[in-house]
Amino acid sequence: MAGGLVVPGEVVDGRQDAPVGQFSAAIRTRGLTKRFRGGQVAVDRVDLEVPRGSVFGFLGPNGSGKTTTIRMLLGLVTPTVGEVEILGGLIPGALGAVLPQVGALVEGPAFQNYLSGPANLARMDAADRTSDPSTARRRIADALDRVSLTSAGSKRYRAYSLGMRQRLGLAAALLRPRELLVLDEPTNGLDPQGTREVRALVRALAADGLTVFLSTHLLAEVEQVCTHVGVMRTGRLVTAGRLDVLLAATAPRVELDTTDPEAAVRVLDGLGLSSPRVRAGAGAATVSAALDGIAVAELAPALVAAGVGIHRLVVVRPDLEELYVSLTGEGFDVER
Amino acid sequence: MSSGRSVGARFLRSELRLVFGRRRNQMLLVALAAAPVLIGVAVRLSSPTSAQGAPGFVARISQNGLFLVFTAMAVTLPVLMPLAVAVVAGDSIAGEAHSGTLRYLLVVPVERTRLLVVKYVGIVTYGLVAAFVVAAAGWLTGLVLFPSGPVTLLSGDTVPYLDALGRAGLVALYAGAMLAGLAAIGLFLSTLTEVPIAAMASIAGVPVVSEILDAVPALSAIHPYLFTHWWLAFGDLLREPIATAGIRHGLGVQAVYIAIFGALAWARLTTKDVTS
Ligand SMILES: Nc1ncnc2c1ncn2[C@@H]1O[C@H](COP(=O)(O)OP(=O)(O)O)[C@@H](O)[C@H]1O
Ligand SMILES: [Mg+2]
Repeated sequence: MAGGLVVPGEVVDGRQDAPVGQFSAAIRTRGLTKRFRGGQVAVDRVDLEVPRGSVFGFLGPNGSGKTTTIRMLLGLVTPTVGEVEILGGLIPGALGAVLPQVGALVEGPAFQNYLSGPANLARMDAADRTSDPSTARRRIADALDRVSLTSAGSKRYRAYSLGMRQRLGLAAALLRPRELLVLDEPTNGLDPQGTREVRALVRALAADGLTVFLSTHLLAEVEQVCTHVGVMRTGRLVTAGRLDVLLAATAPRVELDTTDPEAAVRVLDGLGLSSPRVRAGAGAATVSAALDGIAVAELAPALVAAGVGIHRLVVVRPDLEELYVSLTGEGFDVER
Repeated sequence: MSSGRSVGARFLRSELRLVFGRRRNQMLLVALAAAPVLIGVAVRLSSPTSAQGAPGFVARISQNGLFLVFTAMAVTLPVLMPLAVAVVAGDSIAGEAHSGTLRYLLVVPVERTRLLVVKYVGIVTYGLVAAFVVAAAGWLTGLVLFPSGPVTLLSGDTVPYLDALGRAGLVALYAGAMLAGLAAIGLFLSTLTEVPIAAMASIAGVPVVSEILDAVPALSAIHPYLFTHWWLAFGDLLREPIATAGIRHGLGVQAVYIAIFGALAWARLTTKDVTS
């Protein structure tokens, strides 16, 4: 996993042709907090900065506050405390001016059950007083085409599969040219093929210069398409920044396979490597520890001098998964 | 691009298509249309003498089929029409919240006030159409089953058939207007819940409660302020000259209810966290 990380090379921090507020962030929040009735703090003092042109992965386990944050960004939920700025406009005042530039998918798609997909999109477009009715038909066809949903035709939304619904939701977000896409778990319910298509779509949109704010609990999604990442945990934004920078800043580890793990641990301890861990394996055990600035060159001779038989010795940079787990806790612990 | 107003009208047209395209809402209109047909057939089949003791309009149906319009209106306005309006009104906001489409309308963006206005116009239009459906079905059934010709009004004057038909149109218009207050109450109740069926049931209960209060003599002081109190004042349209006092009261009370519950709905929806 460690070597296979795909980090898009260049991060564009502002579009050259951005009309207004060229240097402002696409999304900025200050001290954003939501305390629901009943006292539950779903989002806790979040300061978010999503640069224009970035693909921002908003990571966090279920219940960590991603959707609530997104609802506040879009003016659906009023923050208890804090400020939101979208495309340079302060929310909620600027909602009317800003939202036509924003395509959104919030906590799954939702449409009128008794209308077909295209009829549902026509309804969304009719609701938009700033959209041009004379181009509606073509824009709807284009949007459906973009998410490969042209064959669904006149079927009622009720009869759509989960994957088709998700695609229709994406099509609604793409009904007109956007500056910013806010996508809450966009691959939920999609099969692997659909998941790949959505990733390709997000990449293509980002290549067009759109800012994409993508919430997910799937690391692969972030690794494959995101330039930036923010990690939520129980309502707090525990880390945020450029993905490559975050990963580069993580502590490298050494990993070695040996038949004599106790001796290896003693040696590593002696050299000052912190908290070595042993994982039993078939034949040889794997010992790993944070390098803590110790040169790898010192390790092998020390181990050999102590008579520890080494089958394999590598330096590992933690990938996003390890970073994520270190930030949000292991496994399925439900924290709220 | 067309003017701001016509762009706003697009959403309203789309909303009306949604309301009237919904099979359930169509079936309710069909049920309403069936009421005058059933009454007409029943009156036709019953012996002339049995109609003697019948109150108000029913006795006149066998003389002139146009009275089927007024009879059907008097029968459906207190119960059936409010029920149909309750279904559409209950669905208005709660239905969108329940299906999750409310959040997507709001991020389109549809300003919350505009959403309320469009939803309200949709409910009122449905009530008006319901009243005209009853009137039209009553008129056609009357034409088929009973004699038509000059109409003797409640005041004893006789007017040409077309004049009376015009009054039937006014009666339908008045009935539709009488549902506008209930539509506002319904819109408000619909902002309180994400369960459309709960909204529908409670809205349907409101006119019933009002009519019960209206029937309690001890409460006669509040009767003029009940939104159902003037509903059947449309009989005044069948006098020569037309007596306007009851009609004006009826319209005035509806206006007050529209103002109060419209404001409540606005206060509720514009401050509501949309978490559905
Ligand atoms: N309307 C609500 N009322 C009370 N608590 C809520 C409400 N919506 C969400 N929450 C709580 O807020 C927390 C964050 O939820 P959410 O934002 O949906 O997380 P995520 O999208 O990251 O899974 C959860 O603990 C959830 O139970
Ligand atoms: Mg969520």
